[in-house]
Order: sequence, then structure tokens, then C-alpha cells
Amino acid sequence: MASASATLLKSSPILDKSEWVKGQNLRQPSVSVVRCYPTAPSALTVRASSYADELIKTAKTIASPGRGILAMDESNATCGKRLASIGLENTEANRQAYRTLLVSAPGLGEYISGAILFEETLYQSTTDGKKMVDVLVEQNIVPGIKVDKGLVPLPGSNNESWCQGLDGLSSRTAAYYQQGARFAKWRTVVSIPNGPSALAVKEAAWGLARYAAISQDSGLVPIVEPEILLDGDHGIDRTFEVAKKVWAEVFFYLAENNVMFEGILLKPSMVTPGAECKDKATPQQVADYTLKLLHRRIPPAVPGIMFLSGGQSEVEATLNLNAMNQSPNPWHVSFSYARALQNTCLKTWGGRPENVKAAQEVLLVRAKANSLAQLGKYTGEGESEEAKKGMFVKGYVY
Amino acid sequence: MSCFISKYAEELAKNAAYIGTPGKGILAADESTGTIGKRLSSINVENVEENRRALRELLFTTPGALRCLSGVILFEETLYQKASSGKPFVEILKEGGVLPGIKVDKGTVELNGTNGETFTQGLDGLAQRCQKYYEAGARFAKWRAVLKIGVNEPTELAIQENANGLAMYAAICQQCGLVPIVEPEILVDGPHDIKKCAEVTERVLAACYKALNDHHVMLEGTLLKPNMVTPGSESPKVAAEVIAEYTVRALQRTVPAAVPAIVFLSGGQSEEEATRNLNAMNKLKTKKPWSLSFSFGRALQQSTLKAWAGKEENVKKAQDAFLVRCEANSEATLGTYKGDAQLGEGASESLHVKDYKY
Repeated sequence: MASASATLLKSSPILDKSEWVKGQNLRQPSVSVVRCYPTAPSALTVRASSYADELIKTAKTIASPGRGILAMDESNATCGKRLASIGLENTEANRQAYRTLLVSAPGLGEYISGAILFEETLYQSTTDGKKMVDVLVEQNIVPGIKVDKGLVPLPGSNNESWCQGLDGLSSRTAAYYQQGARFAKWRTVVSIPNGPSALAVKEAAWGLARYAAISQDSGLVPIVEPEILLDGDHGIDRTFEVAKKVWAEVFFYLAENNVMFEGILLKPSMVTPGAECKDKATPQQVADYTLKLLHRRIPPAVPGIMFLSGGQSEVEATLNLNAMNQSPNPWHVSFSYARALQNTCLKTWGGRPENVKAAQEVLLVRAKANSLAQLGKYTGEGESEEAKKGMFVKGYVY
Repeated sequence: MSCFISKYAEELAKNAAYIGTPGKGILAADESTGTIGKRLSSINVENVEENRRALRELLFTTPGALRCLSGVILFEETLYQKASSGKPFVEILKEGGVLPGIKVDKGTVELNGTNGETFTQGLDGLAQRCQKYYEAGARFAKWRAVLKIGVNEPTELAIQENANGLAMYAAICQQCGLVPIVEPEILVDGPHDIKKCAEVTERVLAACYKALNDHHVMLEGTLLKPNMVTPGSESPKVAAEVIAEYTVRALQRTVPAAVPAIVFLSGGQSEEEATRNLNAMNKLKTKKPWSLSFSFGRALQQSTLKAWAGKEENVKKAQDAFLVRCEANSEATLGTYKGDAQLGEGASESLHVKDYKY
């Protein structure tokens, strides 16, 4: 890719002095040329890491038909909020019990291809003493790991944030690979009510690109997640405009950082109106806008697009996904849901061992519903009231 | 494009301007524990905290030296250390009219996919650390980005990543009251000529100032610490006047007038060379809206270190050597250095180390 551009920038015959340009001051050819790596085996090879084949295979496995990702990487603080909502204390034992419930749900791997873990969980065992990663692998679920270090205020911006976590990322990702992780996740956010400012968008995109490059070097498929927050009263057209800009920058910087597109996954927000917008959108409208965005901005080399739910209700998230899969797409269009998979399950469990089986069944119901949505075959029959409840939290801190 | 005015805006501009006071410059004494260990071992001194403290005490208490300095960059350990009298170094410096500064980066890491290029780490949790350092008395900070010249280097990726890192660091520092020294060092290693160095320096500085502006950094509250524009280490040397001409021209083309001072790194030049080059720049009659001064590490301490050799009885001799270099560089900022400094042992010795890891 780099060398194709180099050919274009070399002096072409038109720049040489010829009859029709006589007497005009020619712009001198730029001294700084896009250079191709001298050791590149072929003119069009992207300089991939030594894990190239494995990355492609892992990404394809996660993006397999009828399956999606269970996001269970809540930081300890965020997990604490979940536990508190069912009256449980935020202890390691309770977090362990909850995550055990999730990863051991029988048959989960039929609908779930990957599970994103928080660092604590990656190194934890289930309450039966088996390693969490081993349980997942046995279930045919690829373990993933959240690697960012959270959002902090972005100086010089309009009260916006940027995502930390690049310091020491190379060694951390290598260690996570050793522990069994095969994909990584980094969540940065963009806020429409706050602009977004050009600085915030650039910082979000550049951070993602640097993280993606480092992850690939360590054998982890990077999930690229620039979440455009639901907060705000803007309409769906404004979301569309911002999303186009964000994705254009993300892919430009990914390319600048020599990231191999066949070895990444995306985790975008769907294109919807802001949470406080008076005009709601139907699943069909969400699908139309979102697919239009994807077609305009996402190269087909990307194997999977795993949407985040961002506060939609469980049923809404499933309906929207289903609407997007009514005809074939160049990429696998699926889900990477946290709240939209776990909400009813968590409430059903309530922290009681005697409820574990029922909670796991509820989880499987949601997982299967989203699996059907991925195949475009979801009918919405038999959904509970709980599943239809919206989960938008204003100014949500993840 | 307007900059973001932090609540420290006035203080930042005042401190940055002060550092550029004619006749003064910066002593870079922020060698990390590992790097200072190399210096100490070169004079057969053990790398223990007491020796590191003793060396810095020797420097900071040299009679008359502080008058030639506007700032001293410290490593974190030193920020909290005291002289044998019990007085904290930070206080000694402040009383001497010298601003304490602090190195805040966490070193360079290989930029994957490149041919040995690097980026600099240290942004995670930087805001909290800067606040802590401000409370401890620091008033400026330093972050060293490194680029190199090669057949295909520096790549656009390396330039963008390093410029972006510098800009983020600078914005965070200003929010916390520390004047950021922006240091994009282009290593002198290589067989390239001075023209190549000039071209790369101009390209890199342009990228840095674009990034600083994109991050809304207040340029009046920053300093620049660039390399001088010289031939590569494997290329024949040129006269100080030539270095001065190429360097100042590169700066005129890329550094906005709002920047109050440019404090050069010595990057492996000998003590005497560095002083002469700086002097030549200040003698040059041309447009210079920023003051041109020094931020030298090796080029201020080399002969001092040799004279000290770790022995108590050599302290006075070592301090004399240090004062000689301080005064010489002070004169160089005014263009009045006559080249007659009493050359201590090693003053003309090249301090270049190939592919120097700081």
C-alpha cells in the first residue's frame, strides 16, 4: 500500500519541462517521499506482524455466523454498580461468583464466539477452581481482554475526554497473550453535545490506532471502539455526520500505523438519535442509517462489526441488529453487548445460588435472540417486560 | 486557532520568559538512575543514592554558578533530596533565583513495525504526577522525544507519534502549572551532511508546532529544546558559524515568535564545541524573536565529573570546573564568549555515544 502511493508521488512525465508548461514555475518535487520499506517482500504487502495468520483466523472465528461477543469486562468499580443494583457487596468473591455464572452457562458457545474480560477475571478461577479462560475455551468461546486504562479529561478541549493506556502496553498485551487472551478491547468516547472538537476526534482515533498496532504485534486482535455517546438531544442526521468523520479518521490513522485490517474487529455505536431527542427512530431507520455509514466508511477487509448497545434496552438492541441483517453485508454484522445481554440475567440471579440455573437460562435466551438477529431471523416472540426496559444512563461512566 | 488559557496562564508565561533571561540557561541534571550510574561508573564511583545526592549538591552549591542559571531539570529522586546542611535542593535553587524543573517522561519504547524508531511513554496518570510535582516546587517539566536520520527515517509515523505525544504532554503540564519544555531530539548519529539535518529538523519542528497548536497549547508558556543543526557524527565537522547559520534559519522557518526561548541540547558535542556553537548563534545578526540559550547535561558536567572523581577533597576543584563552564555558556547566550575558558580536563572531548539511550 505504501509503495503504490510512492509511485504516484514520483515525478511523472507531466512534471518534466514540456512544451505546454514552458515558462511556468514548477513546484519542486517534494523531498519527503512516501517510502516503501526496503525489506518488504512485495510491493503491496502491508507490514504485518509475525502473528498475521493467527490474527486473521481469530478475527474470523469471532465473526462467525450466528454468533457475537459477550462483553463482561466491567472494571471493578463498574461491576460494583451492577452488584449493588441487586443488593450485593462489591467483593472479589461476588465478582467471581457472577462471572462464573456467565462463563459456565451451558451451551453458551453456540451463540457467543468471544467474551471480553477485565484483567482480574483473566487471571481468576471459577468457584469450582477451573481457570476462567479454560472454561471459555472449552465452551468454544475466545477469551478477550480490556486493555485501556479509562477516560480522563482532555486538556484544551470542550470538557471532553481521552483514553489512557498506552504506557507499557506492549509488555501488557504480551503477558495477556501468555495468559490465554486472543483479542483486546479499548474503548474511547466522542461526545456530540460537547462538539465534538477536532482535537477530541483526532485524539480518540490516534489512540485507537496506536493501541491496535501494538495489540497486533502481541498477537491480540484489537477491537476498535470509538463510542459516539448516546447523550444529547441531537437528531439522527447529526449522529450520522459525526460518525462519518470519526470513522474516516480512525481508518486513516489505522492505515498510518500499518494495522492489518483483516485482523481487527470494530465495535461501533449504531447510528441513532440522541437519547433526549424528541424524534425516536424505528429499527428500520436505525438500520438504514447505520448500514449507509458502514458502506461509506468501512473497508470490506474488516471481518466483523460487533455493535455496542450503549444503553438501548435488551429488545431494542436485538431488533436493531436484526434489521441490519435482512440482506447480505460485506462484513459480519453482529453484537458485542454487555448490559443488553446481562441485565435480566443479573436481576434473575439476585446473588442467590438457587437462582443460578434460571439466570443462565435467561442469558441463553438473550444470546440466542441476538444470534437469530445476526442471521436476520429474529421474531421477537415471547420477550419479557424486563427485557424491553431502556438502560440509558445520562453521562454514563463506564 | 486560539489556545486554551489555563488558570496558570500568567505564571506560565512569566516563568517561561524568565528561563530565557539573557545571560542564563538550564542545567540538565535529570539523568535517570540508570544513566547517572553510567556517569558515576566512568569515574569509578558507586551508583548509590548518597553519591547521586553528593554530585548534585556539588553542582547546586558551586559559588557563583546559580547566577548563570535560570533553571535546573531534576529527576524525581532529586526533587525530594536535601543538601548535607539539611536544606532541600528545591529551596537552594529557588533562593539562588533558579527554577526547579522535573523530567516527566518514562523513557522511549520501540515503535513496532519501524526500523528502530521509538516513541516516548509517560502520558498515563501524567496530570496527577504533575500536580504532585508542582506542590513539591517544580515549575517546569521536560519530555524527551527521539528521532533519527536514516535511509528511510524519520518515518511519517514516528514524526506524528512523537509530535502528538509532546503536544499531549505539553497541554497536560500547562493545566497543572508547569512550563513544558518540548524536546524533539534528532540524534546526531549517521553519515548525513548538515543539509540533511536541516531538512529533517525543519520537517520535525513543523510537525511539532502543528500538533501543539492542534492541542491548543499556549506557546508563550512553553520552551523548545531542539538539537542544533549539524553534520552527522560520521560526517566531517564544520565551523561554528555554519552551524549557527543553518540552525537559526531552521528555527526562523518553523518556530513561532510567541515561543519565548529556545534552549539547545548538546547531544554529544564536547563542552567547548557546544559553547562555541551557541555563541556563534548569538553573534549572528538576523531576526531572532526568541532568546537562544542552553539546556546542557553532559556539556556542563563532563569536566566537573572528571575533576571530582567522587572524592571529597576534589569538591572545590570540581566546583571551579563547573563554574568555568557555567560562565562560558552564560557569555555564549550574549554572544560575548571569547573562547578563553580555562579548559578543564575533557572539555574538548567529544561526548558522543552512538545511539545514545538517555
